[in-house]
Amino acid sequence: MIQPTFFGNIEVYLLVALILLSFGLYGLISRPGLISMLISVELILNGAGLNFMAFNTFTAPDKTEGATFTLFVMGLAAAEAAITLSIAVAIYRRFRLITADNLSGMKD
Amino acid sequence: MDITFSSDLSAYVAIADVTFIAFIAMTLAGGLVAILAKQLIHAVLGLIISLIGVAGLYAFLGNYFIASMQILIYVGAVSISMVFAVMLARPPEEVKQKSMRLATKIALGVIVGLFTAATVGSAVFAHRWSAAAKVTSGDTPVEIGIGLLTRNVLAFELISLVLLIAIIGSVVIAKRGRGTGKTVGGEEL
Repeated sequence: MIQPTFFGNIEVYLLVALILLSFGLYGLISRPGLISMLISVELILNGAGLNFMAFNTFTAPDKTEGATFTLFVMGLAAAEAAITLSIAVAIYRRFRLITADNLSGMKD
Repeated sequence: MDITFSSDLSAYVAIADVTFIAFIAMTLAGGLVAILAKQLIHAVLGLIISLIGVAGLYAFLGNYFIASMQILIYVGAVSISMVFAVMLARPPEEVKQKSMRLATKIALGVIVGLFTAATVGSAVFAHRWSAAAKVTSGDTPVEIGIGLLTRNVLAFELISLVLLIAIIGSVVIAKRGRGTGKTVGGEEL
């Protein structure tokens, strides 16, 4: 019997998810644009989904729960992306820019 | 859960390990491009690469349904709508914004990212992850569907409600800035 070096360890998946989370946090704080921030949020959500799937595969007794919640995360990410992108387009039409720094009021 | 294979499969296991490393490299390189690219469209393309890599990791975790859903929903829908938004709303020249706060922001981002990585990473290695006893065998779409309509039915219905509200809300928000179609002196109202 042989064991795979990498893809049989939960730590590898958790570390990849952690790096995705750190990338997302860095991008969320350092990028000024709305769409760049949305991209960073997608990275964070992907790290969360990868965590769900890894814990589900390696430690959970029920093999469907993690997949179900990863699907929920995907649905919420799709809804959030739709809302954010339409807000970005509406803001661009009105102000001709989509940087978060310049947006402080909800109504002009 | 310990994953073991019989020894006559060692060549295939080695190939699978190399493929796994390649998917991880795709994920991390795409993520780097997504947060560091100067052009917004390059960031979106990096995000697509990263999402495909994560789909490969899902496949390595043994759930091909979630892997295909990742490709369909994220790469097929979310990223494409992002590309549309980038093209509709011309991206700002983020590089030209040489404001004084940009350096502060980058430093803050590095600090927060590294802090999170250190704390959560120490937790990953401090704990000994042990497997639980298996109660259901399937990770097939059939099992997931049964779970969605029995144990998780409330969350399932709430997700559908959230998606409906998101569709209506995004149409209303995106339509509002477009004006009424009347023009006064060439300026759209």
